[in-house]
Parts: sequence; structure tokens; C-alpha cells
Amino acid sequence: MRTAAHNRNAVNAAREITLAQLDGSQRQGRWKGPAFEAVLLTAIFVAILTLLAVILWALTAGWERLDLNLLRNMPSGMASRLGESGMQSAIIGTFYVMVGLIVTVVPLGVSAAIYLEEFADHDTWYVRIIEINLRNLAAVPSIVFGILGLAFFYRGGLSLGSVVYTGSLTLTMLVLPTVIVTAREAIRAVPPSIRHASMGMGATKWRTIWHQVLPSSIPGIVTGTILALSRAIGEAAPLIMIGAATFVGWNPDGPFEGSFTVLPVQIFFWSAQANTDFHILAAAGVIVLLGMLLMMNSFAIWLRNRFTREW
Amino acid sequence: MSDAHAPLVEASATRTVPDAPLNPVIEAVDLNIYYGSFHAVYDVNLAYGKNEITAMIGPSGCGKSTVLRCLNRMNDLVASARVEGTVTYHGINIYDPKVDPIEVRRHIGMVFQKPNPFPKSIYDNVAYGPKVTGMKLESSLDEHVEWCLRKAALWDEVKDKLKESAFSLSGGQQQRLCIARAIATKPDVILMDEPCSALDPIATAAVEDLMVELRNDYTIIIVTHNMQQAARVSDRTAFFTARPDETTGNRTGLLVEFDKTTTIFSNPSDQRTEDYISGRFG
Ligand SMILES: Nc1ncnc2c1ncn2[C@@H]1O[C@H](COP(=O)(O)OP(=O)(O)OP(=O)(O)O)[C@@H](O)[C@H]1O
Ligand SMILES: [Mg+2]
Repeated sequence: MRTAAHNRNAVNAAREITLAQLDGSQRQGRWKGPAFEAVLLTAIFVAILTLLAVILWALTAGWERLDLNLLRNMPSGMASRLGESGMQSAIIGTFYVMVGLIVTVVPLGVSAAIYLEEFADHDTWYVRIIEINLRNLAAVPSIVFGILGLAFFYRGGLSLGSVVYTGSLTLTMLVLPTVIVTAREAIRAVPPSIRHASMGMGATKWRTIWHQVLPSSIPGIVTGTILALSRAIGEAAPLIMIGAATFVGWNPDGPFEGSFTVLPVQIFFWSAQANTDFHILAAAGVIVLLGMLLMMNSFAIWLRNRFTREW
Repeated sequence: MSDAHAPLVEASATRTVPDAPLNPVIEAVDLNIYYGSFHAVYDVNLAYGKNEITAMIGPSGCGKSTVLRCLNRMNDLVASARVEGTVTYHGINIYDPKVDPIEVRRHIGMVFQKPNPFPKSIYDNVAYGPKVTGMKLESSLDEHVEWCLRKAALWDEVKDKLKESAFSLSGGQQQRLCIARAIATKPDVILMDEPCSALDPIATAAVEDLMVELRNDYTIIIVTHNMQQAARVSDRTAFFTARPDETTGNRTGLLVEFDKTTTIFSNPSDQRTEDYISGRFG
């Protein structure tokens, strides 16, 4: 349910942004209905209030431990050393997993979207199966993808073991439908007249896609990707399945070697400890996680604006 | 309307046009076009003369755009469309399986009903065609862009803002930009589907002047609903109409009459043509 709604938001955002970029003048005044505006404002208000409450709670609960040691030191399981315990391995782990996720999910998702929008024959049985699967995949609980990752990436087919890239691949499976669906929506929002103009002057289909369709849909694609990554960065369950450890005393050696952990897993284990001192760390970890999320999204928004302004 | 066309005919009568196109650039022979099982256009035979403007007129839905799109294989983009018969370009059947539609469109350019510039700068709009088709230019790209914009009578209006968005132009300017963009790949035929229907009279006049000017170098085929426009700019006019099928009731388009514009507008040989141009249609 949650993911279905999530996808729908992503889809709408992608469409709106592409349309807005292509034609700023066509906005109608119907958004100005005062009742509708009130509903929207209330919704935004509730969302912001919830976020503020979480941040406020995490700040007060984790204040004691929001220090440089948190970033500098490795996690420690010993209660006696709690004052200096950090989460560097989890921060670096999250960063690596996200980078691995981006370089995998964006090319895969965008290629799939291009295929489905521009090339696929929607009357064939295999395209129809793909469509049905895509729609349903978005509603599959994340733990299922954890099991999939365990069976095919950790063991089975790829046998990578419990390494960073196994985590990236598992999260790729999780958010791929979101990226595909939003990218398709962004591609579809590019008006046919632009394709016709390009094809009409003797450009090939590939060049039309590369020079016209993709540049116009990048802002929408980036928006969808932001939403997908924002979801992935907070996932703990599937990564626990594929063996993201906790209290890892070293950073991952690379994408394919060394055990790793990520922030949500670390936070989860800290908050599950009986010793309440660990809970302070967990709260501080939440702030760090939100900070990373903010940085990631700011970068993506900067990227999007760059492309929106390009011409 | 009924007496409006009389003086207009004189405008194009100032040019002498041979009775039949002397060396046709494009010829449609027994052209039948289908959308799925719907027979959209029936048995069209038409020849488009070199350095002439040919207008295609007729009531809505009679298949003018369909015929036009078949002349440079843009109808290939409609999955359900099917073409029977031949369309020759300088004697080559463009529907021959060996012919690459991409190559056809490089020789036969197109301007659409609604101005559709790319979401890029004015300069990039014109430079796009030569870039993506890998054209070998005799001059630099900058000079080529200037040449195209001058041809399209737009240079003076945009020369100081080439890097600005094409959307910053007015509708009429956008349409002339689309014409500049179409000639940038150096086609020798330009197809125009109601190029002025989204423009005001002043912009329309500018585009019409441009068409007459471009006729010296290009062969132009234009679809229009504006009969004064057809009378003003075209050398030849093809009148289409739609006829309901006895069994299915679907309206199939067909060519009624094709002649010199002066003849069509002053002395048509078919009653249906006369009814249409005198506004007595339907
Ligand atoms: N892509 C398409 N798919 C199916 N049928 C189509 C398609 N395009 C046109 N038709 C049908 O073919 C017939 C001719 O259409 P066409 O657009 O060529 O008419 P037209 O003469 O250009 O009309 P108008 O003056 O309104 O532009 C119409 O009955 C139309 O419904
Ligand atoms: Mg039409």
C-alpha cells in the first residue's frame, strides 16, 4: 500500500515536472480553488509537522552524542566505551551502497523505460507480462527482496557474499519499479510533436531519443530517482537478510570485498539493545541518516535544475 | 465567401504555369492508404511539379494530411498505417523495401500545423538537423544557421538572441523558425501541413511571402483550409473530398480534381469542387 502510494506520487511529480519544463505557459487557474488549496495546505502542514517531530525527538534524545566521535569512530559493543562509540563504518557503508545503487538502478531503469515507451509492442504477451509485473512489483514488501538478494546475489547465481554491492543489487531490485515507472512517465510527457519534428528532418529514432526525448525527461527522471533513493537509504530489513553486520569495526574494502553495514541497520541494532545508553546513539544516528538524505537530495535537485535550465 | 474568391485568383494568375507539371519531383500513383482495416484514402494519382507550390484542399477528414505524410514516409510512425501503390521521388519508389525512410525525410522535409520548436535555443533548433544527420557543410555551422534564418526571413528579428530559448519567440516567428529548421538539412521538397492555421493574419502573410520566395529553390506542397491562401500562393491545387462507403459507412478520401490553381478557382470542371470553393459545400 505504502509503496503503491509512493509510486503514484513519484509518477505525478515526474509528469508535472516534464510538462512544466516543456511549457510553462499552459498552467490553468483551476489549482486556485480555495477549498482545494486548503486541503493541500493541511496535507503539507501534517507532513511537515511529523517530520519536525521526528527531528526534534532525535535531536533531544541524541544530543549528548552528536559529536565528532560519532563520525570519526567505529561502533563499539562495549557499554564501557559507549561515550566514544561512533558509526563511521555505517556512514561509509551507506555511502558505498547508495553509489552502487545509483550506478546500477539508473541505467537499468531508464533503459527499461525507453524500451517500454519507445520500442515495445504492447500487444505481445511478453510485454504484457512485463507490464503486469512492474505494477505488482512496486507493492512487494522489502523483506521479500532481501530473500531474493540472499538467494541470488549473496549465494546462488552471483555468490558475491555479504559485500556492499550485494546490498546495492538488493536495493536495486527494491526500487527499480519506481525508477522505471517514473522514467516512463517522464518520457511519455515529452510531446509527440517534438519526436515528429526530429524524425521529420531525417533523424533516426535513436538520435531522436538521445537528443530530444531524454534531455527533456531528465528532470522527471531525476525526481523519480530521488524518491527511489530516499526510500532505499532508510531500508534495514532487506540488508539484514543479506548479512549487513552490526558493530563492524572497519570500513568496507570496496564494492566486492569486506563486510559492511549501513545506518538503518546500525540504528536498528542500537535501539534493540537493553542498555538505554545505546538508544542515545540510535537517536544521534537518525540525525546523521537524515543529514545524508538531505545531502543526497540537494545534490539531485542541483543536478535537476542544471538540466532544466540548459537550453 | 461566394464572391471573395474572384479577385484573389488574379494574384496567382500573374505567374504562368504549364498545364501539367513538367518535371514532377514527386508522383503518387494509385495511392491507397489504410489505417488498420479503415480505407482512409482511395486511389490518388498526383504529380508535384518542381519549383511549384501545390496546395491540397478539401473538407476535414478527407485525408489531406494522410496523403501529405505518405510523401515522406512520416506515416510509418503510425503503427496501423498501410500504404498501397507507389510514391516516386525523382523516379525512385520511396516505398521500395530497399529505401531507408530516414534518407527520404532528409530530402523531403516537413513543417507541422502547430509550431513545434525544440526546447532548445534558436541557434540549436536550426543546427540540430545538420548535426544529427551528419551533414557535410560547405560553410561553417554558424554561417549555415545564418543562411537558413535569412532564407526564412527571420534573421533580422533573432540575430541578437540566437542563444535564447525558441519559446521566447512569437507563434509566427516560431513557425518561421520551424521552416528555417526544415531547410537546414537542405531538402529539395518541403511539406507543410496547415502551417498558418495557428497564426494571425500578419504572421500568415509573412509565412506566405516566405513560401513564394522559397519556391525558387524548393518544391513546396501545402495542405490548407484557407482557400484564399491556396489561391494566393499555390500554382496548382488538388481538391479532395470524402465519400461514405456503401457497406461500412466509413468516409474514404479521394482526389476529385487536380489542376492549375487559376483553373480550379475560376473554372472547375467538377461540380463538387465548385460547390466547395464557393462555400456551398455540405
Ligand atoms: N493516426 C491515425 N489512425 C487512425 N486513423 C487516422 C489517423 N490519422 C487520420 N486518421 C483518419 O484518416 C482520415 C483522414 O484523416 P486526415 O487527418 O488525413 O484528414 P485531413 O484531411 O487532414 O483532415 P483535417 O483537414 O481535419 O486536418 C480520417 O477519417 C481520420 O480519422
Ligand atoms: Mg489534416
